[in-house]
Amino acid sequence: MNKIFTWLVFLIITGVIISGIAMPIPDIPALGDKARVLYFHVPMSWISVLAFFMSMWYSIRYLKTKDLDYDIRSYSCAQLGFLFCILATATGSLWAKFSWGSFWNWDPRQTSIFILLLIYGAYFALRSAIDSEDQRAKLSSVYAIIAAVTVPFFVFIMPRIVESLHPDPIINTQGKINMDSSMLIVFISALTGFTMLYLWMLNLKVRIEKVNYKKLSLND
Amino acid sequence: MLLKNSYLVFKKDLSSELRTRYVINSLLMFVLVTISIIRFAIGDEKADNEILTGLLWIAVFFTSVSGLSRTFVKEEEKETSVALKLSTGSDSVIIGKLLFNSALTFSLNALILFLFVIITDYQIKNLSGFLLVLIFGNLGLVSASTIIAAIISKANSKGTLYPVLSFPVLLPLLITVINATKLASLGAETDKLFGEIQILVSYFIVVTVASLMLFKYVWED
Repeated sequence: MNKIFTWLVFLIITGVIISGIAMPIPDIPALGDKARVLYFHVPMSWISVLAFFMSMWYSIRYLKTKDLDYDIRSYSCAQLGFLFCILATATGSLWAKFSWGSFWNWDPRQTSIFILLLIYGAYFALRSAIDSEDQRAKLSSVYAIIAAVTVPFFVFIMPRIVESLHPDPIINTQGKINMDSSMLIVFISALTGFTMLYLWMLNLKVRIEKVNYKKLSLND
Repeated sequence: MLLKNSYLVFKKDLSSELRTRYVINSLLMFVLVTISIIRFAIGDEKADNEILTGLLWIAVFFTSVSGLSRTFVKEEEKETSVALKLSTGSDSVIIGKLLFNSALTFSLNALILFLFVIITDYQIKNLSGFLLVLIFGNLGLVSASTIIAAIISKANSKGTLYPVLSFPVLLPLLITVINATKLASLGAETDKLFGEIQILVSYFIVVTVASLMLFKYVWED
């Protein structure tokens, strides 16, 4: 089962990378070939948010059960989420250079992803500052939940400050996806492929962390 | 019972603070230093309200960052937290600490605002709207800082960790409150600020409820 999943991830990601780079795409006003970043940037951003909320979910589970297994999961989600968050920032920033003319200009979307990076950073800083395992699990869980309840406020705040130049108003008007069918297929398989890749990496990461944890407790 | 115990925790913090001046003296000096740095940085220039509001909030944010964590850190450093745990439940501790931190923040911010207006010639056109925004902004600031102070007090590098942890959590509040106070100081009507006040009130409620629910995990071993 695990092997089939691994091969499936491999095939989908390979297909997405090849067709995402080589397949011709329809002409989108003001975006053109730069729209290809969508196949990579959107899944990365989606995963960094998904991982953030999964980390919060496992934090809640940990506080309820006091089972360190959930803390390991929560930590692994945060680590992978941080990785994908950096990738989303990098791809978005590269795209911004060629579309808006600068790598970073504090567009509302850039501000929000910057805050997500800050939260991940603060979470790791907190974890490294606590020695005892139970305390670390407890306090970082509480912090993850507190951070997660304040994040939704940005949905209301950001539109009040500056208007975004982020292109979902161009491709995605009124919540409808205006991509043609070939683009849509690649996009959907990119989303599923990268999400599967994330789950596969998460599984590995959790197992590694568990081995590390056992090694530490054997040494004591 | 809960309210009475919370009030007792508040009273205990207040009287121990008045006895030792553990926080107040250093914070008063901090406020004076910050405001005079702002004064010397501006010099005789005429700064406009956009910049002055930002400077005011820098003073407010860093004063609360250096002051509000003390309530919990003190309990750990002086090893009084065990006695407090024995005396009362976690709910009354967090409510008492919230009350104490609110009293501290409101009095310090009144002082900061007073000094700031005198020193920098800061004109507030809609004073009632400005104060309303300031009050709700401070409530949210206090509730988020207090729970993070509780988390910090159990960690190793308390001083440096506190701004790192509180900044991302406080950012939605800070962006809103800076924007709203700027608008109010430029003379926006109070009902134009209603949207911002809504965000501030809901932030305060959400964070306070989350703190009340989560505090027992931080407090109890």
